[in-house]
Amino acid sequence: MSEEIKNTPPALFTVTIDGITIQVPRGTTILNAARMIGPHVAPPTMCYYSSLEGSGGKCRTCLVEVAAGSTKDPRPMPKLMASCRTEVMDGMIVKNVTSERALDARKGIVEYLLINHPLDCPICDQAGECYLQDLSYDHGIVGTRYEFKRRTFVREDIGPYIQLHMTRCILCYRCLMVADQLTNSRTQGILLRGDASEISTYISKAIDNDFSGNMIDVCPVGALTDRTYRFKNRVWFLKPFDAHRDCDKCCGKVTLWNRGDEVFRVTSRKDPWGEVQVIDGKAAWICNTCRFEKKRTSDWVIEGPTKINRHSVISTNHYVKEVTPPDPLDKALFGRDPLLLMDIKEQSGVNKENIDLSIIPGPATSTTFEEHDERKEIEEAVSERLSINNHKKLP
Amino acid sequence: MTKKLLLNRVNIPGIKTYEVYRREGGYQSVEKALKMQTGDIVEEVKKSGLRGRGGAGFPTGLKWSFLAKPDGVARYLVCNADESEPGTFKDRYLMESIPHLLVEGMIVSSFALGSNVSYIYIRGEYDWVADILQVALDEAKQNGFLGKNILGSGFDCEIYLYRGAGAYICGEETALLESLEGKRGLPRIKPPFPAVKGVWGCPTVVNNVETICAIVPVINEGGEAYSKIGVGRSTGTKLISACGNINKPGVYEIDMTISVEEFIYSDEYCGGIANGKRLKACIPGGSSVPILPANLLLKTAKGEPRMMNYESLADGGFITGSSMGSGGFIVLDEDQCVVRHTYTISRFYHHESCGQCSPCREGTGWLEKIFHKIESGKGEMKDIDLLWDVQRRIEGNTICPFGDAASWPVAAAIRHFRDEFEWHVLNPEECLVRNYGLAHYADPLEVAVS
Repeated sequence: MSEEIKNTPPALFTVTIDGITIQVPRGTTILNAARMIGPHVAPPTMCYYSSLEGSGGKCRTCLVEVAAGSTKDPRPMPKLMASCRTEVMDGMIVKNVTSERALDARKGIVEYLLINHPLDCPICDQAGECYLQDLSYDHGIVGTRYEFKRRTFVREDIGPYIQLHMTRCILCYRCLMVADQLTNSRTQGILLRGDASEISTYISKAIDNDFSGNMIDVCPVGALTDRTYRFKNRVWFLKPFDAHRDCDKCCGKVTLWNRGDEVFRVTSRKDPWGEVQVIDGKAAWICNTCRFEKKRTSDWVIEGPTKINRHSVISTNHYVKEVTPPDPLDKALFGRDPLLLMDIKEQSGVNKENIDLSIIPGPATSTTFEEHDERKEIEEAVSERLSINNHKKLP
Repeated sequence: MTKKLLLNRVNIPGIKTYEVYRREGGYQSVEKALKMQTGDIVEEVKKSGLRGRGGAGFPTGLKWSFLAKPDGVARYLVCNADESEPGTFKDRYLMESIPHLLVEGMIVSSFALGSNVSYIYIRGEYDWVADILQVALDEAKQNGFLGKNILGSGFDCEIYLYRGAGAYICGEETALLESLEGKRGLPRIKPPFPAVKGVWGCPTVVNNVETICAIVPVINEGGEAYSKIGVGRSTGTKLISACGNINKPGVYEIDMTISVEEFIYSDEYCGGIANGKRLKACIPGGSSVPILPANLLLKTAKGEPRMMNYESLADGGFITGSSMGSGGFIVLDEDQCVVRHTYTISRFYHHESCGQCSPCREGTGWLEKIFHKIESGKGEMKDIDLLWDVQRRIEGNTICPFGDAASWPVAAAIRHFRDEFEWHVLNPEECLVRNYGLAHYADPLEVAVS
C-alpha cells in the first residue's frame, strides 16, 4: 500500500465510492469517478451531459452522501451532494447505493419527476430508451400518491424536424445548452417559472439550424421527438448499425436504426451512459443532413452492428452486447452477505448437488432432504417410493 | 429604553435630504473610514461580532475576510435590498426613512472591500423606495461622497441602483447575481461561492441592507463598543418588523436582551395581542422559519424564558425552537387557523419556486394542492403523513435554501399543530365555518397567573 502511494503523482486523488477505492485526476467529479468504477455504483443522471458545458445539478437524481469530505477534513457533509457537480477531494468517502439517505432522496425525486409526467409510454417514441423509464424502474415506487390534475401542454411542431411535447418534459435544460453551444443562435428558452415553466420558442418560432437535431438526442424523455420517425416503429424492433459517410458539416459518424434494409432513423453514437460518444477527443454531434435527409442504406458505409451496453429496456432485446465489466458487487457490499446473494445450495437443505432430482417423484421439500441426509438412506427412500419406476439408480 | 443605532434619527424632519442628514452627523463614518487601512475596517467589523441580518446570521466580518483578492480582478459589493420574505419589511422602512444611512454604509463597506463599483439590488415592487434611494445617491455624488477620488483619498466608488423584476428567488444571493447580470434569476450551484466567483465572475460580497447600515455605527463607535450591546454572540441591535394580530405592528429596534414575552406584551413594542385575545402561535423570523406555539415561544423546552436573540430563538433546533431569520415577527391570535395559514405560505412558495431543480419545482406545487384539499374539507388522514413525506424529501435536496424555506413551515405546522390538521380531516364541514381555536396545551400566561 505504501508503495502505491509513493508511485502516484500528487495530481491523483484517492476516492472511495461504496467501498471501492479508485484514484482519479484532480478536478474529477464524484459522478465521473463512479463511472470509472462501473455502472453498479454510478448514480443515475437526468440532466448532466458530459459533452455539454455547465449541465447538471438540476434534476437532483445523482445525489450522494459524502461520509468524509477529505483526508484533511474528514467531517461528513451535512447535505446530500449533487455528484455531477461536486469535485472529489483526496480521501473523500462517498456512499451511493450503500446510503439509505441517498436512496430515499432519490426515490422522492423520482416521485416528484413523475407527478406531472403523463406516463404515456405506450404511445411515446422515446419508450425503450427513456432515462425516466430506466430511473423509475430502478428507483421508483410502485404507483403514485399524487391524486391531482397533472399539468398538460399542447403539442408543438417546432420546425420541420422536431416536435415538442412539453407535457413529458422534465426541464433538464439540456436542449437549451445544445442550442447555446452547438448552434449559432438559441431560439427556444424557458417561459414562466416554477412548475408552470415550459420550454418554448417564443410565438412558436421554428427551430431551424444545422445542428438542432441533437436536441432530440440529448432529451432524456420524449419531450423532443424526431418528426420524421414519429410513430414509425418501436426502438426495440430496430437493429442499430454503426455507419459513416463523408459529411462537410459534421463528423459523419452515426448509428443507423434499421429494420430489414430500411433505415428508420439516424442518431449520433451513444456511449454506455447514453451520452454522445467522444470520438478523437471531440463529441460526435451530427448535423441535420445526416440525421434527417440520408435515410437510404446506400448513403452510408456500414461498419457493423452497434454494441449496446446500456442498462435499459432497450438492451433487454437481442442486440449484440458488449462484454460487461467484472461485477463490483462483492466489493460494494463491504463483506456483508445479504440473504438473497448467498449460494442457495450451501444454505438450504433443498437442491443438494449429490442428489439427482429427476428420480424424486413429485415436488421435493426440504424435509425430504433433511430426513434422508445420507445418500443410502435417500436411495432407500427413493426406491421405496419408486416401486414401479425403478429403472434409474443413483450412482 | 433600548439604545437605537439605526433608527435614532428617523423622526427628524427632512432626514431624507443630504443637508439635514449631514447636519445630524451623517457621513462621519466615511470620513473616519477613509483614513483607516482597509484591513483595520474588516478587523473592526470582526470585533463587533455583527451577524448578517438577511436571515442566515453569518458573521459579517468573517464573510468579508473570505473575499478572494486575486490581482488585477475587480471586486464587487452587492447590497441585497430584495426584501421579499413575507412578514419582513425592515429594509423598506430603513431605505424609506433614512436612505442616506444605506448610502453611507455602502461607501464604507465598498472602501473596506476594495469595491470600486457597487450595486444595490432592490426589488421591483419597491419602486418608490428606489426613487428615494436614487435621489440620495445623486445627492451623495454631488457632495463628493461618490465618484472619483472621494474626499481626496484617492478611492473611487460608484453605486448603481438595480431594480429587480419582483421575484422572491432573487433574494437568494446567487440568483440575485444572475439577475444582476441580466439573466434569468436562477440560483447558481455552489461551490464556487460568490466570495470567489460572484457577479461577472469576480469575487463578490452580498450583504443585506440592515447589515450594511449597521456598519455605520460599528465604524463610528468602534467594534468593541458595538459588541458590548446585546448578549453573547448576538451583538448590536436588530430591527424586528412585527405584524399580525398585535396592537402596534411596526418596525422596532431591539438590543437582543429582551424576552419574547416582553416584546409581544410591553407597550414599548407590540403592545399585546389585538382585541384582548390570547396568543396562539408566532413565526419569529419571516415566513420561512418554523412556526412556534405559544408555550414554546415564550419558554424554551428547558423552561427558560425565550429571548429575542439568535441563540435563544434557535434553542432546541427546529424541533422545539425556530430561528431569528430576517426578523419578520408574525403573531397569530387564537382565532387564526394554522392550516389555512400554512396553506397560504405554501401557495406563496409554489408561486415563487424558480423551477430549476425538480424537488422544489414539483414538491411545492404538490404541497399546496394537498393543503388546499385539507383546508377545503376533503382531506384524509393519510394526507397529513403525505405532507410530511413530501416536505421531508424537499428539504436539503435542492440547489438553494428555497427548498428548505418551503418545507420548514410545513414541517413545524404538522409537528406542533397536528391536532388541528386532524380536526380538519375529522370535521370536514365544521372546518369550513369555524376555526379550531387554541391548540390543546396549557396557555402559559394563564398558568402563570393562577
